Amino acid sequence: MIRRLLSTAAIVMALGVAPALAELKIGSIIELSGPGAAAGTNFRDGVKMGFEEINAQGGILKEQVSVLEYDSQTDPQVSRAMVQKAIDDGVYAITGTVFSSSTVVNMLVAKQYGIPQFTGSEAPSITAKGNPYIFRTAFGSQKGVPKMVKYMVENMGVKKVGVAWANTEFGKGGHQAFVAEMEKAGIPIVVDVPAEQAQADFSADVLKLKNSDADAIFVYFTEEESARFLREARKQGIDKPLIGETTLIGHKVIELAGDAANGAMGHVGLTPDANIPALTEMVERFKTKYNYTPDHNAIKGYTAAWTLKYVTEMVGSPDSKAIAEKLHGLTLKASEYPGVLMDVSWDETGEMSRESFFVKVENGKQVVQAVLPPN
Amino acid sequence: MAELIQILVSGLAAGSIYALAAVGFTLLWQASQTINFAQGEFVMLPAFFVLIGMTVLGLPMWTSILLALVLSLLILGVAFKRLIVEPMLPHGTLPLVIATIALGLLLKESVKEFYGATAQPFPAIFPQTVYNVAGASVSVQDICNLVVSMLAIGGLQLFLNRTRTGRCMQASAQNPAVAEILGVNVKRMVLYTFLINAALATIASVLISPIYLAKFSNGETLGLVAFIAAIVGGFNQIRGALVGGLLIGVIDNLSAVYISAQYRSAMPLLLLIAIILLRPQGLLGTPEGRTV
Repeated sequence: MIRRLLSTAAIVMALGVAPALAELKIGSIIELSGPGAAAGTNFRDGVKMGFEEINAQGGILKEQVSVLEYDSQTDPQVSRAMVQKAIDDGVYAITGTVFSSSTVVNMLVAKQYGIPQFTGSEAPSITAKGNPYIFRTAFGSQKGVPKMVKYMVENMGVKKVGVAWANTEFGKGGHQAFVAEMEKAGIPIVVDVPAEQAQADFSADVLKLKNSDADAIFVYFTEEESARFLREARKQGIDKPLIGETTLIGHKVIELAGDAANGAMGHVGLTPDANIPALTEMVERFKTKYNYTPDHNAIKGYTAAWTLKYVTEMVGSPDSKAIAEKLHGLTLKASEYPGVLMDVSWDETGEMSRESFFVKVENGKQVVQAVLPPN
Repeated sequence: MAELIQILVSGLAAGSIYALAAVGFTLLWQASQTINFAQGEFVMLPAFFVLIGMTVLGLPMWTSILLALVLSLLILGVAFKRLIVEPMLPHGTLPLVIATIALGLLLKESVKEFYGATAQPFPAIFPQTVYNVAGASVSVQDICNLVVSMLAIGGLQLFLNRTRTGRCMQASAQNPAVAEILGVNVKRMVLYTFLINAALATIASVLISPIYLAKFSNGETLGLVAFIAAIVGGFNQIRGALVGGLLIGVIDNLSAVYISAQYRSAMPLLLLIAIILLRPQGLLGTPEGRTV
């Protein structure tokens, strides 16, 4: 009797196991907890939406794609282990991570196994290490910062600046790029304030910047720190222009900082508020699906999914090494490949080029002040 | 001078909130020899009760704060005492400490699971107006945070020293056996202590969340700072926890401005080491005294 019951149970269990619907596996290693959760959740949702649309349109090479998710916990060592786990699980490409301090560590694992990796990180060091398998989904700060500095000098007439930055791999990259550009432009940095990752109290930092004679402050933190910084700046009544990159003026920052975000300005590689129909439509679909406004990280994730589809189909098979080779020197035009939303190119290091925007936050929305050409 | 005024105001405002959490450590230690390592999470959680009230139930902010207070009293006060402290206490301090660490993890991960891992905007309960005082920009929010915290701690002191219930609580803390013989309901007094701790945690949560933003991991920082403040000030004195909290807040800001922003988080730890080496009972603590 017991044997019969057990065998029946075994048959039921065997029938209950879901068949392997997808043959192509993608590893989504991303910050779903810890300080990077705001950015990571956006990136993850962008990736998910991209692959869901791809699957709805027949998948890649007529095969459905399965996205395997791994939480890096915003911890470099965990992210490394998760990349290893994803590769062990049989993925042929990886999306993530967003935090540079994680990406510099985990990309070595993907490199070792020859797996192409689409990162949302923007630290210059990522593409400077000669890794043939790393590809950006937004250009690095060494490309974004010169565009922004040019705008600050030529359009805003800034003569002296202060800098507030996160003392992390991400922050160091942006800080070094900014300092180098300021030296080139002959503009002195009169106050330089580093802050720790996930710092909560910015009163002393803002005070130092406020009491300096800087004409403008360059702020380079991740989203949650930026929101806390902006709230404190508003509390102390700082009247200098606060200028940053995408992480100062992103939608998550605007949501967290509220009115304190108004007046902040900066350079963004991608913005849902750019007047680009494909981008606007993607943002609307995202809002309907997830019930929140995506930031640049969601757009990065979304374009990473579509880029992988296009390149895999160009290669003709999910051959990880061939895909990486194909991506070097590749240009995808949005007119032919609508999923990339804007024309985009990758160079031999995996660095990308694309048009970008200088925006100002007004009434809780990014308002594009200027479109900056690719460099 | 203006800079110093601003540093002091900001430091005292932040420090007064740390003090609220630190007082919780001393209260529970006095009442039941409990070192509550979930104290940081106790401060983190009420902010999410407020957000649930506002966003899920659609209640006004002050009603949501009231709801958060009631939920905190029930969960962080009554349930914490009945379900964790009372069953674990007979097994000694160490199992209880481990239980509170586990509780902290449970609260943190539960908020992450049910509310999300990203920070949430939290409404400011005081006006965002900034006044110029002798060249320093002093915000109404900072002043209000300082005043509310001081009133809460001052009120607690008055309650403990000037009311019959407060004195009964002190008696229960000093010598439970004698207090019981004298007719004091010791169990009820201990419960009051847990309820007061929950109320203080709610106040701290509502005051600090507009600055920190509501996030599941806020308790890590707050719990550590409050624990250091309680040790620095004196673990067995409320006024010690108050002094410790204010001192940490001011030292943190002073060191960030005048020493090094990069090493600011090391300063409270250096202070902690110095206090442990030179005055283990804390600045205002007493080596053997046990008063609430």
